[in-house]
Amino acid sequence: MEVAVLEYNAGNVRSVLYALERLGVRAEVTGSPERLASAAKVIFPGVGEASSTMRYLREHGLDGVIRSLEKPVLGICLGLQLLCSHSMENDTECLGVFPEPVLRFDADRAAGIKVPHMGWNAVSATRGPLFEGIPEGTNFYFVHSFYAQIGDDTCGVCNHGIDFSAAVSSRNFSAVQFHPEKSGPAGERLLSNFLKL
Amino acid sequence: MLTKRIIPCLDIRDGRTVKGINFESIRDAGDPVELARLYAEQGADELVFLDITATVEKRTLFYDLVERIGAQLNIPFTVGGGISSKADVSRLLQAGAEKVSINSAAVRDPARIKELAGEFGSQCVVVAIDTKCIDGEWYVFLDGGRTKTERRTLDWAREAESLGAGEILLTSMNHDGTKDGFALEITRAVSRSVDIPVIASGGAGKPQHFVEVLSEGGADAALAASIFHYQEITIPELKRNLRESGLCVRL
Repeated sequence: MEVAVLEYNAGNVRSVLYALERLGVRAEVTGSPERLASAAKVIFPGVGEASSTMRYLREHGLDGVIRSLEKPVLGICLGLQLLCSHSMENDTECLGVFPEPVLRFDADRAAGIKVPHMGWNAVSATRGPLFEGIPEGTNFYFVHSFYAQIGDDTCGVCNHGIDFSAAVSSRNFSAVQFHPEKSGPAGERLLSNFLKL
Repeated sequence: MLTKRIIPCLDIRDGRTVKGINFESIRDAGDPVELARLYAEQGADELVFLDITATVEKRTLFYDLVERIGAQLNIPFTVGGGISSKADVSRLLQAGAEKVSINSAAVRDPARIKELAGEFGSQCVVVAIDTKCIDGEWYVFLDGGRTKTERRTLDWAREAESLGAGEILLTSMNHDGTKDGFALEITRAVSRSVDIPVIASGGAGKPQHFVEVLSEGGADAALAASIFHYQEITIPELKRNLRESGLCVRL
């Protein structure tokens, strides 16, 4: 199997599967440690709430499985946040692959800063193979209320009242806060860059 | 900086686009998927599909359509129209929609918002508000504008937010269809009363109207239907216009 898409209680994984299909890639949705182990690559998608998702991962022994993966892994949205150390969302201990903490945006009506951060926003200071062929300042689609702080692993920066990690990368783990599966041609390019890793 | 969003809205009946849409560049303008793809290519930031199917039996056509849209569209989309139950929402999200919009069902049973946000997350719950100004007061209307309520629009927007709505889609019935511009005053008032994004709808006639509602009106996004369907304004032209006016848009 080429790509395994992690199945867990919160994720709405269909959009990711559709995007992979459009790239000609067949993926399997699975929560089985054996299947994850046999895949060439793993995508950890996510829409949902941090604490209940972490609880689910622990109850199913998936926290250890994810941490010990040595193949290319791509976290998306909540997937990025859960790969970080800790989330302010219901004070949740996360997987700790990335040391960056996850905080909540502050809304600022006077400045027009709404929460959730919803829509297309520019990603700059990009580096690494995920962004190959994608110009600096390209817009991607975001929907989230929590964000990972900027840190050593940050490989793409976005601003919503404050600079935050739009993308992080360390060893075989990469993650993006935006939704590449819904970010038009730029998102497709990023996914196909990941598939080439 | 977060860009301002431009959102074409497609009315769907029995799985087909409703109005006599005329596009030379696509084979079947009655096919929502073809039209959606064209809008995505032109730079639409999101799409809304509103199901106005009259009969329950034919609702299944809409679900089939949402599956096809999800499989083919590489930008986010919202679906609305007659959605009320958790099962409806689950099915539509599973089919690939990013968000669902609820309107009358939310007003009749506000706890529904909390239930849906708790189950699926605030980010996918759009509360659509149809509003009309009568003697200087903005009231919430239901059932596609047929039923007046005593609720005031600002109060309802705040309540919807506190219950977990992730976004407000505000349509001014006074302005809808006029092509005389969006309802700037109530849009600004709602936008300043909540921390969640507000989509303005109703009244788009020319690019300047979008400039006004996205700046003075404080809207985060603007929705329109017929001016796009009849190509009175094309999306690339509109976005260039917005950028020249100093607004941040995705080109």
